[in-house]
Amino acid sequence: MEPLIEIVGAAASLPLNNVNTDTIAPTRPRAQAGPAAIAEREIDATALFAPLRYDAQGAPRADFVLNRPGFERATILLAGSNFGCGSSREQAVWLLADFGIRCVIAPSFGGIFYDSCFKNGILPVMLPADQIDLLIAEVGAGAPQSIFSVEVASGTITTPGGRKLAFDLPEFRRSALLSGLDDIALTLRGSDAIAQFQARDRAARPWIYLPMTKTP
Amino acid sequence: MAEAGTPAPRTLFDKIWDAHVISDMGDGYALIHVDRHVVHDMGARGFVGLRNRGLPLKHPELTFASADHAIPTSPTTPWATYSNPYLENLRESARIFGFTFFDVARPGAGIVHVVTPEQGIALPGSTLACGDSHTCTIGALGAVAWGVGQSELLHILATQTSIQQRPPNMRIMIEGPRPNGITPKDIILHVIRRVGTAGARGLAIEFAGSAIADMDMEGRFTVCNMAIEMGARYGMIAPDETTFAYLKGRPYAPKGELWDQAVANWRGLRTDPGAVFEREIVIPSRDLAPQLTWGTSPDQVIGVDESIPDPAGETDAVRRKSMIDALSFVGLEPGQSLIGVPIDNVFIGSCTNARLSDLRLAASYAKGRRVAGHVEAWVVPGSFDVKTAAEAEGLDRIFIEAGFQWRDAGCSMCGGMGDLSRERVASGKRVVSTTNRNFVGRQGPGSRTHLASPAMAVAAAIAGCIADVRDL
Repeated sequence: MEPLIEIVGAAASLPLNNVNTDTIAPTRPRAQAGPAAIAEREIDATALFAPLRYDAQGAPRADFVLNRPGFERATILLAGSNFGCGSSREQAVWLLADFGIRCVIAPSFGGIFYDSCFKNGILPVMLPADQIDLLIAEVGAGAPQSIFSVEVASGTITTPGGRKLAFDLPEFRRSALLSGLDDIALTLRGSDAIAQFQARDRAARPWIYLPMTKTP
Repeated sequence: MAEAGTPAPRTLFDKIWDAHVISDMGDGYALIHVDRHVVHDMGARGFVGLRNRGLPLKHPELTFASADHAIPTSPTTPWATYSNPYLENLRESARIFGFTFFDVARPGAGIVHVVTPEQGIALPGSTLACGDSHTCTIGALGAVAWGVGQSELLHILATQTSIQQRPPNMRIMIEGPRPNGITPKDIILHVIRRVGTAGARGLAIEFAGSAIADMDMEGRFTVCNMAIEMGARYGMIAPDETTFAYLKGRPYAPKGELWDQAVANWRGLRTDPGAVFEREIVIPSRDLAPQLTWGTSPDQVIGVDESIPDPAGETDAVRRKSMIDALSFVGLEPGQSLIGVPIDNVFIGSCTNARLSDLRLAASYAKGRRVAGHVEAWVVPGSFDVKTAAEAEGLDRIFIEAGFQWRDAGCSMCGGMGDLSRERVASGKRVVSTTNRNFVGRQGPGSRTHLASPAMAVAAAIAGCIADVRDL
């Protein structure tokens, strides 16, 4: 993964609570001609926020923030509470990343979505709702007039007006973002600890490990 | 207070969590051992990721798979020759990596959250992860079970571990007898209404109380299934004699001496007196009416005898807007009763409500009645084994004679993905569904969902409109 050091760009505000991942990414498996192969990731860029972004006829809604001039290249999303709740579908994160979003700031997140962000080079930041309101008040016209910056190492958001807001991150998440090191590589480095755990656990709870083939 | 030297009282969740910590990662995060990893067809991409990275599957013997989301459920599906890219990936991956794959239309096949308990794969005291948010269903056995995204799924395939943050605990006590005609689904819908869609966000829920103790295992799965609709990644119930009796003799459950050893261990899986919960609520079940959703969020619930709330009475502006948007989407008015609202579809199925007891209940109301002419009503069993057992009891005949479609096992219309997304509710159509999410477009773009119990679903199918099952 690319290291994520600093995010600079326009911030789009979407002050809705409980935006679920079906709304962020209403993607579905589709019948297709051709060979029976699936990719590790499938990105249907047109699906992002489709229920909010397009009208019933499929035309872009002029009042939806990402359709507005100045926000079509937003890198930061200012969202409402419990953003990304619902289904585990990681397409929600992939589509945001594909659009160019590198940072989502919300009072709270759906847990699975929050975890998935880190694994896809998106920084999820939790801030109290009143602080997000301050950010929204500074959004203005979007790029290039209203540029925000978010610094991972220090945990600082700088607004177009120069206001600075601090945020917390789990330390191992912060260092993984800064190094670009992927969780799997990190965990495999600790394979001995996993083996030791399993040896101990196998003695204590053999039924978890033993009859793993169907017994009649 | 615990005396010096005596261990602090712990919750059920914490006992299982503590027993699975491999290493502390700081800030409340830990590397957790995954005892059972379950993969469905939408998670098949994880095996592509494994191959792309040249990594082995760490523990094929702890990995189980079933295709449920995208397969068709039409009873005329030619299963011997049927395939789709997701299913084919699972077949090929099972050959390459050697995990247990329950191929379609044979014993063990079906919705993952129905299959893993039914086969005795999920066990009390175990950890189980799956790339599906409704994995919390499995917590009903007294397991710590959670849903993950695809990247974490790949991490589990490669390491048999998951990076998780220890959540604070919440206890929901459901007390009192369950009135006639009131099902576990009504109870959990009512609980979600009370707690709200974010009310348990970041928490692990333990359900307890007399209504839970009196509930059979299948009802407990229904309750835990919807913990995620309150924002909780985990829902669970302490294992008891009901749990042990349910699991005993299941194909993959421990046998003989190992069974006795396991049960002795499982008897200790309960919350200690004095253990601390972040939040605790008590909800009486005594006076409940059948519950159903009116809007586009699983907490927008009313009793069938109530009227739809008026957004004007909501003081929070954001919540008021979401109510107004929901009413506009579902095409209903504040103050309106749901009874008599015409419907187009009925769907009885899903990891919430497609087990044998659900189908028995539905059949008991369907028997000798007819589905209204304009309603398309489907019954989709949760697994191949559920379907077989239901047919052995003649439930299929009851449904077919009443005008329901009796279909093969799968997720089907629940997420609108069945048969590569051809099994969906058409745009603008209204469905009474025994599923778990009524999000905008969840069952198909433009579809309008009312979540309800299997009993209420049958009542609606017969009446052709939303109806009170107690009047049937």
